[in-house]
Amino acid sequence: MSRTFLGLPRTLRRPDDADARHGTPDEPFGPVPHPQEPLRWGDDFPAAAKQTLKNDQLRRNLGHATQVIRTKRAAVVGEVPDWEALRDTGSAVKQQVMAQLPDLLQQLEENVVARGGVVHWARDAAEANRIVADIAKVKGADEVVKVKSMATQEIGLNEALADEGIAAIETDLAELIVQLADDMPSHILVPAIHRNRSEIRDIFLARMGDAPPDLSDVPRELAMAARAHLRRKFLSAKVAVSGANFAVADTGTLAVVESEGNGRMCLTLPETLVTVMGIEKLVPTFDDLEVFLQLLPRSSTGERMNPYTSLWTGVTPGDGPQEFHLVLLDNGRTDVLADEVGRAALHCIRCSACLNVCPVYERVGGHAYGSVYPGPIGAILTPQLTASTGGVSGHHDPNASLPYASTLCGACYEVCPVKIDIPSILVDLRAREVDADRSSRGVDPWKTAMKAASWVMADGDRFALAGRAATLGSGLGGRDHAISVAPPPASGWTRSRDLPAPPRQTFRQWWAAEHTAPVEQAGTVETEGDDR
Amino acid sequence: MSDARTEVLARVRAALGQTGSGTTPSGKVGTAPHPEPVPRAYRAAGEHAAGSAEVIEQLVDRLVDYKALVHQVTVDALPATIATLVTELSGPARGVPSAHPDSSAGVRVVVPDGLDDGWLAALPAGTDVVRDSRERPLPPSELDAVAAVVTAARVAVSETGTIVLDGEPDQGRRAVSLVPDVHLCVVRTDQVVQTVPEAVRLLGAHPERPLTWISGPSATSDIELDRVEGVHGPRTLHVLLVAGV
Repeated sequence: MSRTFLGLPRTLRRPDDADARHGTPDEPFGPVPHPQEPLRWGDDFPAAAKQTLKNDQLRRNLGHATQVIRTKRAAVVGEVPDWEALRDTGSAVKQQVMAQLPDLLQQLEENVVARGGVVHWARDAAEANRIVADIAKVKGADEVVKVKSMATQEIGLNEALADEGIAAIETDLAELIVQLADDMPSHILVPAIHRNRSEIRDIFLARMGDAPPDLSDVPRELAMAARAHLRRKFLSAKVAVSGANFAVADTGTLAVVESEGNGRMCLTLPETLVTVMGIEKLVPTFDDLEVFLQLLPRSSTGERMNPYTSLWTGVTPGDGPQEFHLVLLDNGRTDVLADEVGRAALHCIRCSACLNVCPVYERVGGHAYGSVYPGPIGAILTPQLTASTGGVSGHHDPNASLPYASTLCGACYEVCPVKIDIPSILVDLRAREVDADRSSRGVDPWKTAMKAASWVMADGDRFALAGRAATLGSGLGGRDHAISVAPPPASGWTRSRDLPAPPRQTFRQWWAAEHTAPVEQAGTVETEGDDR
Repeated sequence: MSDARTEVLARVRAALGQTGSGTTPSGKVGTAPHPEPVPRAYRAAGEHAAGSAEVIEQLVDRLVDYKALVHQVTVDALPATIATLVTELSGPARGVPSAHPDSSAGVRVVVPDGLDDGWLAALPAGTDVVRDSRERPLPPSELDAVAAVVTAARVAVSETGTIVLDGEPDQGRRAVSLVPDVHLCVVRTDQVVQTVPEAVRLLGAHPERPLTWISGPSATSDIELDRVEGVHGPRTLHVLLVAGV
């Protein structure tokens, strides 16, 4: 990985754009993206970022949120004396999981079945959705309660269930806000962070159905309205759907980490529980939980421990759901696993610490990434998960633009609780994207430009001449001496950044003017100034 | 086309470079990883003993930080403390319509049927104590109508302010400590360890038990990151730390 590609690829529309329902400004709660595919929606990153950057409210909310969570995280991580040792273990355990994945998956299956659970395997999103819908139908449920889960978002479960006449009720407060507004999540951890309190009150009043008419915009009152609304659902629900934060191979134990108690409600009260998890979510032994249950809450919400963690093993007679289904999901993960460098993306425990420290994410927000996985982790995970449909292989897929959604500052690697080297994977994906492109194009403008530059720079006189020619452009910049829109080929640069206007004189001209009188041997200076 | 299980496992093997397994969906065959041995340099235990003054002080600090209400009592004073807290609840269950609106009938409290009866000895006459067990479980709607639940605990972690229930008869079914609005949780000081690994090793003796880790009352920060304590779980958590058992 010696090459670093810093340029953004050219803009293009996503292939499914013609079919995608796009939000329009006259939608009651603003324009929001509606993905056809949860891992590939809207424009490619440069175009989408250009749009979201215009949203001042989003940027203010995100700036505040990421700063608050960053500070909290830093404080609670700082008080753990063995934090780096925990990260080292977390990283090594995840490597071990990937190396032994076939055995561990079968061990998990065996233990879940031994404790009365049913294990299903799903090759892709459609197969997983089919399994969940069939279970709900067998149970005669036209409504299921859901715990916030990235895996079920990734497969578009709610939409698939709706097509079958089954309503999926999101019970996490932020997910409920997003669902009621017919919106998309913008952050893994706090999905409604792009909404402020008065917007949320308006959404509740318009869409909740049973919100008190005099509802104020005080967060406590809003939360209590959600509590009352959802309690009725919890007490009557027959089927719940969850994800899993961890699955323990040697015991068959599953873990869900949460804050509000909506998770406990879903995991405890309904008669039937369906858990959808990616095949990478395993840990080998029960004792490994002692590492990850320290790493996750501090990295994620910046708490010493999240309010509630539930662990269950199959079915416990007389306590909790008496029917338990576990759906093991591939959906592109084996393609990620096949990549020697990129497979580390599967170590992710979905804490979202990398989002909160990313200067790019902080400004453009989650929607610009066109995937349920935004931020630095999304930039390496999304293209790889969609590899079988083109994700990393060049300009024909908008997901190929995601590895460029980074300044490579390395902050994401610093905070990652399992030490995923996100910058290195980004660079590797960029290299592959460029390689794929090189072989597919007849004339490579990059190569041509580099050849020309090499000819100019190889000779002092030619270089001086080129410098003097460039000063002709000095009048092009505005008062800030920046060119924001340039004609081709420079338009490739100015599409996403300003080009400084050339100065009125070259360095050589300036030097000659400044030093003519005091310096007697101007010829020596001229020689030293050669850029050889 | 083989079944999903066979195919997913074959894909995983192909991704790890095992020959004869076909390819992944995008046609790849990966390479075998060579993981390093897992280092375990983190603390397996804290510097303070279980139940020591230091860990108790730390646990109280963390619980108060989470807005839990902490009561440090002796074993002899425990029944009176429980009685006082229950009496304070007189009236219908807060926030939710009660199935028993007649508050003069006394406060309705649910307890797991393995709870130490002595803990309830000082409850005022007329307190309606309902017992719940796996064999005779109360339906969720009934649990929704009780004012409070009293349970024991399995272990507590001082560094993180966490209390773990493992569903044994003195702690009850998971629904019992979830649906009522007030949770009185009795923790013996000798059950308090300093670190998460100490607790996990202890719980690992029975990994099959349903575990609930509780760190303060439920909370949300989903609206402008403004923390609101008490969402779906019990909105009030009383922790009764009992010394000298």
